[in-house]
Amino acid sequence: MSSTTRAATTPELIDPRGQRFAAAVTSVLLALVLILGPALGLPVLIVQTLAFGAGSILGLKYQPWGWIFRTAVRPRLGAPRELEDARPPRFAQTVGLIFGLAALLGAVAGLPVLFYLATGFALVAALLNAIFDFCLGCEIYLLGKRLLGDGADTSRATT
Amino acid sequence: MTAGVWIVLAALIVALAVGGARRLTDGRAKAVAADRLPRLDGARLGADLGAEATLVQFSSSVCAPCRATHSLLAELTGSRAGINHIDLDAETRLDLVQQFGITRTPTVLLLDAGGAVRHRMVGPARRPDVMDALDQVTGRSADRPTRPANN
Repeated sequence: MSSTTRAATTPELIDPRGQRFAAAVTSVLLALVLILGPALGLPVLIVQTLAFGAGSILGLKYQPWGWIFRTAVRPRLGAPRELEDARPPRFAQTVGLIFGLAALLGAVAGLPVLFYLATGFALVAALLNAIFDFCLGCEIYLLGKRLLGDGADTSRATT
Repeated sequence: MTAGVWIVLAALIVALAVGGARRLTDGRAKAVAADRLPRLDGARLGADLGAEATLVQFSSSVCAPCRATHSLLAELTGSRAGINHIDLDAETRLDLVQQFGITRTPTVLLLDAGGAVRHRMVGPARRPDVMDALDQVTGRSADRPTRPANN
C-alpha cells in the first residue's frame, strides 16, 4: 500500500535526456569561460548566463541547449523511456543563473576571485549533472529550506 | 598553465570524486544503532503504519529521483500486505526533516511494526537493499521471487 501526502498536481513533464545534454553543453561552455579568463571569456559567460536565465525565468522550453536537443538530437534518438518533472531542472537553472550573475559581476567589476569561484562552482554542478545525473542545486534547495524554514506545517502553493 | 585551466581541472576532479562517492553509497540501507531507535507513529505521519513495516519516504518538488524511488517502493509494498509506503513532502514536514536530520531527498526511513526507525536509505533507493532491509525488519523473506541467494 502506498500513500502520498503531496498535493496532486500535474507537473510539466520533460525528456530527462534533454537535461543531460544541456548540462554537457553548459559544462563545455563554462570550462571555456575559465580557460579564456575574465576578459576573453566574458562573451561566452554572457551567452551561458542568458541561457540559464531563459531556462529559469521563461521555462525549460526556452532553454536554448534544451531546444537544440529537441530539434536536432531527439528526432534521431526516438521517444524517451520515461518523462521527468520539469521543476527540479528548472530550479537547477535558477541556481546556475545566480552563479552566472555572480561570475559576471566578478568579470565586470574586476574581481577575478569571484569570477573564478562562481564559474568553478557552476562547472562542478553542471559536470555532476552531465556525468552522474545528479542535481546539486536540488539538494541545496532542501538544506536552504531547513535553514530558512521554522518547521511550520505550511503547504506550498505549486506553480 | 593559466589559473582558469587549473580551476577546470579542479572542478573536474571534485565532480568525479563527489559523483563517484555518491554512486557507491546512494540508496544503501544503513541499520540504525539498536541502542537508540527513534520512533514515529501514524498520527505524526498523517497516515497509518503498516502492520509489519512502514517505508517513510521524504520527497520534494525539486527532486528528480524521488519519482523513481516512489515507483519502486509503491511496487514493493503493493505486493506485500502489512507493509505501507508513506511519501511525505519534505518541505511541508520540516519538523520531521529537522528531527531526523534529513539532508537530501529522497531519504527513506524503514520503520518496524512498532514504529521504531530501523533502517535509513539516503539517495535513490535500490531494490535489493530495500528488500533485504524489509526481510530483516519483518523477519521473513516472503514474496521474494525465486532467485539464487547472492551472498
